[in-house]
Amino acid sequence: MSTLVAEPALVAASKRSRGAQLRRFARRNPTIVAGGIILGLVALLAILAPLFAGDAVTMRPAMRLRPPSAQDWLGTDHLGRDVFARMIYGAQVSLIVGLAVAAVSIVVGTFIGLMAGYFRKVDAVVMRLMDGLMSIPAILLAIALVALTRTSVSTVIIAITIPEVPRVVRLVRAVVLGVREAPYVEAAISGGTPTWKILLRHILPSTIAPLIVQATYICASAILIEAALSFLGAGTPPEIPTWGNMIAQSRLFLSRAPWTIFAPGIALALVVLAVNLLGDGLRDRLDPRLARRM
Amino acid sequence: MGSYILRRLASTVLVMGIVAVFVFLLLHLSPGDPAAIIAGDNATSDQIAAIRRQLGLDDALPIQFFRWVFAVLHGDLGISIFSNEPVLKLIGQRVEPTLSLALTTLIVAVTLAVSFGVIAAWKVGSWIDRLLMVVSVIGFSVPVFVVGYMLIYVFSITLRWLPVQGYSPIDQGLWPWFERLILPSIALGLAYVALIARITRTAMLDVLAEDYIRTARAKGVATRSMLLKHALKNAGVPIVTVIGIGVALLIGGVVITETVFNIPGVGRLVVDAISKRDYPIIQGVILIFSGVYVLVNLAVDLSYTLLDPRIRY
Repeated sequence: MSTLVAEPALVAASKRSRGAQLRRFARRNPTIVAGGIILGLVALLAILAPLFAGDAVTMRPAMRLRPPSAQDWLGTDHLGRDVFARMIYGAQVSLIVGLAVAAVSIVVGTFIGLMAGYFRKVDAVVMRLMDGLMSIPAILLAIALVALTRTSVSTVIIAITIPEVPRVVRLVRAVVLGVREAPYVEAAISGGTPTWKILLRHILPSTIAPLIVQATYICASAILIEAALSFLGAGTPPEIPTWGNMIAQSRLFLSRAPWTIFAPGIALALVVLAVNLLGDGLRDRLDPRLARRM
Repeated sequence: MGSYILRRLASTVLVMGIVAVFVFLLLHLSPGDPAAIIAGDNATSDQIAAIRRQLGLDDALPIQFFRWVFAVLHGDLGISIFSNEPVLKLIGQRVEPTLSLALTTLIVAVTLAVSFGVIAAWKVGSWIDRLLMVVSVIGFSVPVFVVGYMLIYVFSITLRWLPVQGYSPIDQGLWPWFERLILPSIALGLAYVALIARITRTAMLDVLAEDYIRTARAKGVATRSMLLKHALKNAGVPIVTVIGIGVALLIGGVVITETVFNIPGVGRLVVDAISKRDYPIIQGVILIFSGVYVLVNLAVDLSYTLLDPRIRY
């Protein structure tokens, strides 16, 4: 009977070993852990913003361009708004856009890539279209798409997703071409497995590791493009605080109130850095041969 | 070789054709009436009808497309809605600053990045190698406009070494021209340097591990000659490829850099066109920038045989 009761010493040992395992993982994958921790913290701050960040929209004309102080941690902008609060709320848009673009472009790109890689007839047409789409610089394409429609967060997400899709398509197609002739796929075909089942069960799993890495790079690129669009005035509506439009609105006050530009600028750089670190770490861990996306 | 060039040219034409379709459809498949979009929110129905007539929007879509392509091939990119001037003329007036910025950045960045990458690979694990890693991580993470404002704050506002912003045409003196391009080129080139230096380092490391490098060293070839003649030339193909692909970074970055540094170039033209919804300008600039990108990468592909005689088509 005593075997059913866990030995206290064993429990302690397994806890210790779990702690040791975590430490070992952190030692071997410092970039994944560092990137993950920074992103986790930023996400937490963004989600909890309403609880602690304070008022990001009220204009206080008497409080214009105040330097950082105990009351306004990062000072105020040219309309007297609290820069710290705006910076925290700005994280929401960046993270939502980054995650949404990564998710949508992976789903759409994987579907098109599977089709193009598996069905030769689809391939020629789709890949030419993708070549054309990839020849248009992403920021310009996104600018044009946003300029056409009324600005909103969802338009920005769609506009950034469209230029990212071809990169996913190319990646998935290359993987599919690699495994399509593999013996286990041929076996499945000759065994009469339906095509959709071959694609989902036998081919899709090979794409997962490179796609996870690709998703982080797309996320970083989407956050940068969103900030650039907001900065150029072709992004999220100006009343929603984003890091890009905070910098754009403060441009003229660089010499008088540098904090209005550097606070969102550093936040932006830190988040992109964290996503890139996570991506580099995952790449080294999941697939050392995978070349960094251009 | 000849047939390869022909095939490559044909595919370039095809890709440009597809780009043209996308650029054309941008306006025409957008939700709502293109004429109403161009006219803006406060337009009367008469104004919208006038724009419809001006653009020939009442014809069938394929007819409009071929008419547009025909005009583009004859150098007619349409008329700006706002200033009523030909788009090509407006772009022409703005080409010098943009070309100055892009070429300065390209030359400086490629020189720096390749030297940096070669030294990092030669002295792998040294401080310069680690510095390259740091620079490349920063280059990929800090956006052009943040780098730009930091440079302006440090070098123009605090130290007062360089002008804050603006552009001085090259015919008004070489130094004023160059002086105003220093900070913009650094801001624009950082990501490009990071990209090229990383690839150069990787490609050089691969080549330096080859037997013929050991042979060259053993027979006493000078280090400089070994690095540049034996190694770098053979690492050329991936480096040139990434220089070509990275031109997309430059093109996107030009639009932002010109805004940060108030440079009156093609990038500013398109940014100003966004707020005015001057669609012919947006279309024209996208078409030209994409064309440049496609042509640069065509040149890159054709240069492979020069770099590596083993590559035959």
